[in-house]
Formats: sequence, structure tokens, C-alpha cells
Amino acid sequence: MNFFLEVLIGGLLSGVMYALVALGFVMIYKASGVFNFAQGAMVYLAALSVVGCIEQGAPLWLAIILAFIIMTLFGIATEKFVLRKLVNQPPIALFMATIGLAFFIEGIAPMVFGSDPRALELGIVDEPLPWVMDNWNMVISKFDLVAAGVAGVLVATLALFFQYTRIGRALRAVADDHQAALSIGIPLQHIWAIVWGVAGFVALVAGMMWGARNGVQFALTFTALKALPVLILGGFTSVPGAIIGGLIIGASEKLAEIYIPPVMQDLFGGNFGGIEGWFPYVLALLFLLVRPEGLFGEKHIDRV
Amino acid sequence: MLSSAAMAAEEQFFPLIDYRVGPYGSNGQAFYGGFIDYLNYVNLKEKGVNGVQMTYEECETEYNNAKGVECYERLKSKAAKSAGPLHTMSTGISYALIDKSAQDKLPLAMMGYGRTDAVDGSVFPYAFPLVTTYQMQASAIVKFIKDKNGGNLAGKKIVYLYHDSAYGKEAIIALEAEASLNKFTLVQIPVAHPGNEQGAQWLKIRQEKPDFVIFWGWGVMNQTALKAAQKVAFPRDKMIGSWWTGSEEDVVPAGDAAKGYMAATWNVSGKQVPVIADIENVVYGAGKGNLQDKTKIGTILYNRGVSAAVLSVEAIRKGQEKYGKGKALTGEQTRWALENLNITDARLKALGATDLLPEIKTSCDNHEGSGKVKIQQWDGAKWVPVSGWIEGNKALIHPLFQASAKQYAKEKGITPRDCSKEK
Repeated sequence: MNFFLEVLIGGLLSGVMYALVALGFVMIYKASGVFNFAQGAMVYLAALSVVGCIEQGAPLWLAIILAFIIMTLFGIATEKFVLRKLVNQPPIALFMATIGLAFFIEGIAPMVFGSDPRALELGIVDEPLPWVMDNWNMVISKFDLVAAGVAGVLVATLALFFQYTRIGRALRAVADDHQAALSIGIPLQHIWAIVWGVAGFVALVAGMMWGARNGVQFALTFTALKALPVLILGGFTSVPGAIIGGLIIGASEKLAEIYIPPVMQDLFGGNFGGIEGWFPYVLALLFLLVRPEGLFGEKHIDRV
Repeated sequence: MLSSAAMAAEEQFFPLIDYRVGPYGSNGQAFYGGFIDYLNYVNLKEKGVNGVQMTYEECETEYNNAKGVECYERLKSKAAKSAGPLHTMSTGISYALIDKSAQDKLPLAMMGYGRTDAVDGSVFPYAFPLVTTYQMQASAIVKFIKDKNGGNLAGKKIVYLYHDSAYGKEAIIALEAEASLNKFTLVQIPVAHPGNEQGAQWLKIRQEKPDFVIFWGWGVMNQTALKAAQKVAFPRDKMIGSWWTGSEEDVVPAGDAAKGYMAATWNVSGKQVPVIADIENVVYGAGKGNLQDKTKIGTILYNRGVSAAVLSVEAIRKGQEKYGKGKALTGEQTRWALENLNITDARLKALGATDLLPEIKTSCDNHEGSGKVKIQQWDGAKWVPVSGWIEGNKALIHPLFQASAKQYAKEKGITPRDCSKEK
């Protein structure tokens, strides 16, 4: 039972890390109805910006501020040079543009900051909490708890931002219908620039947490792969849904990795394992069959 | 006056199917930088091999199999007149090229990677898993652990944590044979690609309480494993990885979590190796260095690139002894040379390349030629060798290659060469 709880808690805390990446997708989707293929690349760019600035002699706090400025400028540039021409185009055109953007970032970021994998020290040690280990013989990492706290604050802030600010309401209006939003005077260009800037900030937070855990390197772009099933479960338009989806995916994949292989081995022989790569996708697929809009996604109804 | 064809024949061409961008670009930059620097070093220092200049052309694969094949097709016509060994630094690309390179008579070098049953040259005349294979490396690691345990592993438990791919699975057969021979318990734990999340695997390792973890990682999986080991308080000096997990790129991003971790290697790091220091003086001094980032000089992967080039150039020398000094070798002639290498410690010392390679003696039935590795330990700033050369259990492992090669020959309808008639 103790081990089960340890795996469950570890999975939930891993899920928070997935949710951090998924939040960036939600931001863009809420504002433009587009799945931003470049979100993983933005996580990479943000983390590279931080270590790049540190290598140039900036202290961590300044590097974070500079990286935020870089991500904001990137968001504004994306709106100006990529999205502005695509207003009222089908979502697939915007989606294709984000694919191009991903390749652009993956090429340009290492050219500017270098491609060597590097460490990012945030001063939070990824070690087990001694008193939890001593009293309950369970491993719970300080780093994971901090990541959970950061994610909680981020979700609360974003939820309040979308729900209670004028910009947040404008964002939702733009997501529903670009043309209608424009017709009532919502400045689409400003809104998109803001939302890409906010998505850049979310990418910065995710990039710092993932970069501190696994190093800052190209593989940060792969974090987006884990965010997909999270979004399917939580819904593409829900900020709290990203967290809940992340928790479900994190916990279920860890439990599956531990408890399914022995059963498979008993049934079929051979060596099973390494299933957490595909298990979340199967889970998401099953979920799609019963609730296509996700747990918290908006139900889309077309009147005929 | 020499004809243009004769002048072209005085250049020994190396087709470099390499990668410097993409997810593993930094690994490729160091390796191929070292490789090219050594070719230039030979040209500058001794005006080529008996007057034959070393030339090369690169083609970027981004570590992508399809692009690797495309690069091969692009470069093979240029390699028709003269060709040094092909080094792809990729098991996947090597597998894709095994049949093609044999048909085109271009020798494929797979130093520490690739198709390992190609050790049996009677079935794979053009494929060379030189220096060491995954299986011999795994066997050597077990031997190292055994020596640390007073020569007895009975009753011990070893976890094999591996990348769930052909690369990771290659060593299983050797570890199972070692477990059976040495009476230790082997627990196999795969990690799905890319391996940037290993929480479940390390909780399982914590539950298993192994004496050692043998680790076959790749890319981000390496740093993640070290961090995850720290998270569950598993001692890093009980973790020993393959050579794909033992470069600076693998440990630096993990910070303090990597301190004490060990990995196999066949080349040491550092500029204390005479040829590495001389390359910096001669090649970079002449402004012909391949790397913009000179801090990579002397790293594990840079030195490995140099070791691959040393071996390749020695093959060219060997081939010229047979086919004529001052003449460039065709792919077919280079194949013969790779199969008749005899690089002794004395020769390595003369080259200033001691500890860049173990002694190597290849033959028709042994395309590996060594099977030895060293174990090195990360002290937080650099890799430090903690063992001498350790050879895997050849008597246990090589029959596995022969059985696999025999099966391959049967499937492909290949009639193996009679190695007793090869010279």
C-alpha cells in the first residue's frame, strides 16, 4: 500500500509538470482556436534564453526577466509577421503556420544560444524530503512540491485573468469568432500579441522547471508530446482542465508502468515495460470516445 | 605531368554522413569535429599518408535514418574512386546501410554501435563493429562490478535500465548470459523514448534495492536518470552506463546529481593525450580547426572522433602497404585493410594516441578487434578513468554473434566466406 501511494503521489507530481506545458497550449487555443504546434519549441527557446543570459554573466533573476522580455518580443513578432496575415483564414492555415514556427525556433534558438545541453540551477534541490522518507518511507521530492506550487499559482492567476479581466473576456470573444470580435471593436492584433506573450511566459515557467530537472537541451521540445493527452483529457479551452488532465495522465501512466507489465509478463511471457510512452495516448483515445470535448472543454453545438 | 584522374587518385576521400544539428547535434559536432581535425592534422603534419591527402565531404542527417540513406546515395558516387570507412555514429542509419554498403563495396565502420553480429566478417564482409560492441561492453561492465565485489556476484541483484529500442535491447542477451554464468539476479527495466520522465522506473528500482544499476541511455534519458536517481537517493557510484551515456554532454546538465556516476569508454578525455594537444597546436594554430567552439577539444566525444580518425587513417596506411604506397584506396581495398588491422600499444604511443584506443587486431572472423573498455567516473568536473582496459567475456559473447550471423546468412541466402582462406 505504501508503494502504491508513493507511485500515485509521484505520478500526480509528474502530472503537474505536464500541466505546465499544457497550459501554454490552452492559452493560444482559447484566444485563436488554434493548436499551437510550436509550444514545445517555445519551452525550449525560453529555457535557452535563461541559460544564455546566465552565461553572459546575468544573475538568475535578471536572466529570467530578460528571457521574459525575449518571449514577449517573440510573441509580438509572431503576431506581426505570422498571424496578422491569417486573420479569418481556416484554423488549419494557422496550425500550419505554427508548424513552421516550431521549425524556425528549433533552428534559430541553438544558433543563437548554442546547442550543448546545459544545467539550469534554480536553487531547488531535486532530493527526497528527509522527514517523509524517515517517517513514511516514501520519496517525495522538494522540487516536485515547488513545481506543484508554481503550477497552482499559475493556474489561479490565469483562471482569474480569463474570467475577470476585460482582456480575458476579449480573448474568449476572439476565440469564438474573429470577425464578430473585430466588428464590435475588439483589437484582434493586440489581443493576439498579448496572448502569445502570456503563452511565452507560461513557456518560460515550464522551460525553467523542466530545464532545471532534466537540463536545458533540444529534448525540451519533446515535452509537448506529453501535453497532448493532457489536453484531450482536460479540454483544450480549460485552464483548470490542464491541471486536472495533467494529474490524471501523470498518475495513470506511472501506475500503469508499475502494475501492468507484471500482469502482461504472467499472461504472455517476455519482457514488458516502457509503456508510459504510449499509455497516456491510449487513455486519451478512450476518453475521446466518451467525452470528445474533454473534462472541462466547451461543448460545441452547431444548429442546423 | 599527372592527368587529372591520377591527381584525383592522390586524394583519399572520406564520405562523412554526420549530424551537427537536431536533437543530438552537440554530440555530432564534437565527434565529427575531432574526426575532421585529425584528417587535417595528418595533411598538415605529414603531408597526408605517403603523400595522399585526406579529403572529406559532409552530409547532414540530423540523426534521421531516411536522411542518412539519402546522404549515402549522394556521397557514394564520389566514393567510387577512393573511400575511407563510413562512420555514421548512428545504429539506425548503420542498419539501413548494411546491405547497400556491401553491394556498393563501401566499408561501414560502426565503432561501439550498429549491427553487432557483424563481428562475424564471414557473413558481413563490409560491416565493422570496431573496438567494442554493446554485448562485449555489457560483459566488461559486469566484470568490473564483479571485481569490485571480490570476484563473486552470486546472490547479487543488478538492474538493467535501458532505452526501450533496438539499441537498449542489444545488451540484454549478453547480460542474461552473464547473469546465468555468475548467478546474479537481473531485473530489466525499459524506459520509453525519449526518457524525459522516469519517475516510475526509479521507484521500482528503489523497491528492488539492487546492488548496481547498469544503464543504457541516450540523449535526455541520461540526465533524467541521474536526476531521478538523486531523487530516490540511489548512489550514483553504483550506476554504470554504456559509452553512449558517458560524455560531458550526458552529465553536465545533471549538475551535482551526476557526481560519482560511472560509464564505459574506450577513449579518455583531456588534452594530456599528446595527439590532442598537437592537433590544437598544429591544426588550430594554422587556422584550419573544424570547431568554432574550442572548449570541445579534449572532451570525450571530441577525443572519440579523433580515435575514429586515427583508426581510419591507420587502415589507409595498412591498405597502402598492400596496394601501393602513395595511392588512394578504393572502398574494396579499405575493406581489406580494416579486416587486417593490427594497431599495437607501441604504435598508439608513436602516434601520441595512447588511451584513445585499446590495441586492435582484426580478422575475417573478428571485425571487432578488441572488445575492451575502460570504466571512467565523473568527479563533478571531468571524467577520470578508474580502471585499466577490461575485456568482455569473449568466450561467452562471441558465440552469440556467430549464431546470430549464421541466422542472418540463412535468412538472406548468403554463403559465408571461408575465413581460413582470407589473408
